[in-house]
Amino acid sequence: MDDVVISIKDAVVSYREDVALQGVSLEVHRGEFVGVIGPNGAGKTTLLTVINGLGKLVQGQALALGLSVNGGNGINLRRRIGYVAQVENIDPRLPINVRETVMVGYYGRLGLFRRPTPAQWENVDRVLDMVGIAHLSHRPIGHLSGGEYQRAAIARAIVQQPEIFLLDEPTASIDERAQWEILDLIQLIHREYHMTTLFVTHDLRQLPSICQRLILMKEGRIWQQGDPESMLDKEILSQLYGVPISVPTEIARS
Amino acid sequence: MDFAILQYQFMQNAILAGLCGGVTCSIVGVFVVTMHLSFIGVCIAHAAFAGALLGVWLGFNPLIGALLFSLTSAGIIGPMADRGELDPDTSIGIVFSLMLGLAFLFMGLMPGSRTEALNLFWGSILTVSHQDLVFLGIVTVIVIGLVAIFYKEIQAVICHRQVALAVGIPATLIFYGLLFTTGLTVTASLRSIGGLLIYSLILNPAAAAYQLTYSLKRMLLIASAFGVISCWVGLAASYFMDIPSGASIVITSCIIFGLATAFSPKRKVKRWQQAQLSG
Repeated sequence: MDDVVISIKDAVVSYREDVALQGVSLEVHRGEFVGVIGPNGAGKTTLLTVINGLGKLVQGQALALGLSVNGGNGINLRRRIGYVAQVENIDPRLPINVRETVMVGYYGRLGLFRRPTPAQWENVDRVLDMVGIAHLSHRPIGHLSGGEYQRAAIARAIVQQPEIFLLDEPTASIDERAQWEILDLIQLIHREYHMTTLFVTHDLRQLPSICQRLILMKEGRIWQQGDPESMLDKEILSQLYGVPISVPTEIARS
Repeated sequence: MDFAILQYQFMQNAILAGLCGGVTCSIVGVFVVTMHLSFIGVCIAHAAFAGALLGVWLGFNPLIGALLFSLTSAGIIGPMADRGELDPDTSIGIVFSLMLGLAFLFMGLMPGSRTEALNLFWGSILTVSHQDLVFLGIVTVIVIGLVAIFYKEIQAVICHRQVALAVGIPATLIFYGLLFTTGLTVTASLRSIGGLLIYSLILNPAAAAYQLTYSLKRMLLIASAFGVISCWVGLAASYFMDIPSGASIVITSCIIFGLATAFSPKRKVKRWQQAQLSG
């Protein structure tokens, strides 16, 4: 049985005159945890948006979960793909609480005209408990700290029951302790649900130790890839970032 | 105070128009205020006004012109803002200035008396016709029905549009639907409230409700109540003090907004945030 869930061939993405991805090819297998690192502007986020159908291909093709991301499959595809972006600035007066925000994860699969059931609300409460913010469930979403907000975003993605989990710098702009807690949570979730996961970061210290493969991106291309042990090399990383880099002694705890 | 006036048909129509207009304008106001796209309401209101003036000039039903122009402007603003070629404020501003220009052009080309045009400008809730009232009533039912049916999608899109898109909600369709609903509401309320003042009735009750609650359901209810109160108090002031109704409605809604802001529990949050930043 073919267990390739993401297959990208010669993908080119451009935003007006800027080429964000230049002929990227990639295969990701079911249940794999893949780390994507590289300097700012390397095309890491664009790679994730190609997978969930929000990035438009100028050339090449991409399949996710057996569906072409180029066709009219975007909405169906995104219902099966969880996406957590970095902490955003959010209006503290926004009229939606944490529990309702997490429930949004269900809405895509529920479809139009159907309301969430009491069992689904109970599941939201269970997941909020799992990510450690059950006590904040009725708090307005804009009143959370960065770390709490990311826990809510991860809870929303779990509620979605995705087959692919995309994490775009989920620990950026939050304090050190919250970063470690979020990384622990991500690794716990991977062990529990075995979702195919792509984890993007520019900060090597934020690379989860559970990572099975590391993709190094530079200037819109996959520059190198391999197992983390071989990729986390002083010479390779210094070339990738264009400055002398010391390999972190400890990547995220398992 | 003599309440015998309530027995007259024109006053009953005005009260009903205030009820329907207050509710619909406030509901669409909740959408645009929560999305921080208040200027869209201003732009669509002026588009409806320009379209209605075209109708007056060329001799067809002004409401048809208002509907065409407001829906077209909503259909232009959405993609312009989404494509990111221009900043949303810039694209809305360009459409707004075009609509204002067209409004003045049509008014300038209009032969003879411009009374009807000025009525559309200021609105006159006291002279609203049975036909206008039926149209406003239908639009009210449509708007409330759409909110009831698509509540969960609307909540997701107005609070977290990018998240809604990422989880597979047809967020773009819902967003454009909200813009079209705004256009429809503006058209239906044009004769009673007036093209110049209607966006105040869209923004002020919703902005006041935004200061008072963190629940979208409560925000919709409070905004609707504020919208209706603005219309009815403004109507009473207009009748008893012999002042223009559109102006009195808008001033009432501004006073409600001022009071809501002064007593907003959310001000504590702002103070808390400032303390966090300075600490």
